[in-house]
Amino acid sequence: MAEPKDMITVQDLHLYYGQQEALRGVTIDFRRNEITAVIGPSGCGKSTLLKTINRLNDLVPDVTVTGTVKLNGQDIYAPNMDAVELRKEVGMLFQQPNPFPFSIYDNVIYGLRISGEKRKNVLDEAVERSLKAAAIWDEVKDRLHDNAMSLSGGQQQRICIARVLATQPKVILMDEPTSALDPISSSEIERTMLKLKDDYSIVIVTRNMQQASRISDRTAFFLAGELIEYGPTRDIFMQPQKKETEDYISGRFG
Amino acid sequence: MKNDDIRASLLKRSRAAKNERFGKILTGLCILIIITVVVAIFYFVASKGLATFFTDKVNLWKFLTGTIWNPGTTDAQGNPQVGALPMIVGSFGVTFLAAIVATPFAIGAAVFMTEISPKVGRKVLQPVIELLVGIPSVVYGFIGLSVVVPFVRRTFGGSGFGILSGTFVLFVMILPTVTSMTIDALNSVPRNYREASLALGATRWQTIYKVVLRASTSGIITAVVFGMSRAFGEALAVQMVIGNAMLLPSNLISPASTLTSVLTMGMGNSVMGSLSNNALWSLALLLLIMPLIFNIIIRKIAKKGAMR
Repeated sequence: MAEPKDMITVQDLHLYYGQQEALRGVTIDFRRNEITAVIGPSGCGKSTLLKTINRLNDLVPDVTVTGTVKLNGQDIYAPNMDAVELRKEVGMLFQQPNPFPFSIYDNVIYGLRISGEKRKNVLDEAVERSLKAAAIWDEVKDRLHDNAMSLSGGQQQRICIARVLATQPKVILMDEPTSALDPISSSEIERTMLKLKDDYSIVIVTRNMQQASRISDRTAFFLAGELIEYGPTRDIFMQPQKKETEDYISGRFG
Repeated sequence: MKNDDIRASLLKRSRAAKNERFGKILTGLCILIIITVVVAIFYFVASKGLATFFTDKVNLWKFLTGTIWNPGTTDAQGNPQVGALPMIVGSFGVTFLAAIVATPFAIGAAVFMTEISPKVGRKVLQPVIELLVGIPSVVYGFIGLSVVVPFVRRTFGGSGFGILSGTFVLFVMILPTVTSMTIDALNSVPRNYREASLALGATRWQTIYKVVLRASTSGIITAVVFGMSRAFGEALAVQMVIGNAMLLPSNLISPASTLTSVLTMGMGNSVMGSLSNNALWSLALLLLIMPLIFNIIIRKIAKKGAMR
């Protein structure tokens, strides 16, 4: 089966929190094995868009979603779609590093354990593979059974990346993953992301324009729940077509 | 203003500073009074309670392990019969059993109220729990006497009075305390743990079971120990249903007694300074020390929880 070029296709997506419209008809495609950056001022709906892709918005009361979101051609809002299974395919990284207050080992294998994996050799192997992929293996390999909360913020975030990678998702959503971290930790996370690109499709929401221009292949600019401009990152930053985009990336507002 | 005036005003104690000092003294005084009262109570109970061992020369070990409580009389060797073991067993029996029965219910109710249906929880269950806390213990005891005791008698035989009935009554009494503290423990689990778990493809139940309950274990244990401390000190309601026989309980439905029930029944009938009075004070001392131990356990757990 030939895999379509687009991992995620979003069509005419509207999302309402109660009466308030947070996304106003968004149509956008996210490509396979690329990093797509979503930028825009606070409250423009970029995090909301991210959470429609793994249906984490389902947890918020009074949310209405119309339009379609397809993952690998499968409509994820179809009535027979299991949100729990979907989230195993679509991992998510949050703004605040949020490891569980358990050991590093228990954190990484959490996703596998809840899927019923009990074989020790499989779990051990997954821990090593995931921590290596998240570029933190060398720092923690001798203390896998220490509490993950004892690590620094940047290390915690990479543990969270490893935790996502352990379940081998197809897509990783990142909601401002470095905004709570110092510059050195941030650049470590960015390096990790660039390595992950070969195996995963990544969508990252960020308010850091330099970060978007450094790491992403394509950039989408959102304003007030609408997609204003979308294209190769180079074009968005060098030759924006719309005035709003130019104003935003040159720092005139937001 | 001239420089001298400014200097003078700076050197003088300001109105705000005076107010602050007044507040400090006032609050400090309150603390001092409370501490004095607590120390006085401890001193009084200890001096009376220890008199049994120092003045009346009762062996501490015999006091704790003796099974016959009859302070007015002496045994063949001429030692006073003040064996507190039946009451100690009774007190710990009802306390632990009530805690064991109440814990699953409390955790279940707390999980429902925080994780599954916070709306119904806040609107319906929260007021119910608050109401349960407010009911005086004599009412619980009365219900126990007229409902629980006959129920136990019909179902399990015997007189109906005993540790089992005490357990049921205490279970209802400590349930609201344990539940509301467990709710606090569950609510203190950060929201982002839940989000992280769900985003990893966990079901709601898996999230509750593997993350929320695990992360709040120390808080839940604290809640249970707190409930036990309450159960241990409860006198009236237990006294009404336990049967008040100073015998080592042989099973859960034979009449027994607790430290508190013996105290409330015996205090009025003994003369200050006599051995039987001092022996009661020794029981009171025991009752005072046990919550202290429970408190130390709670602090240890809380410390361990904070470290994680």
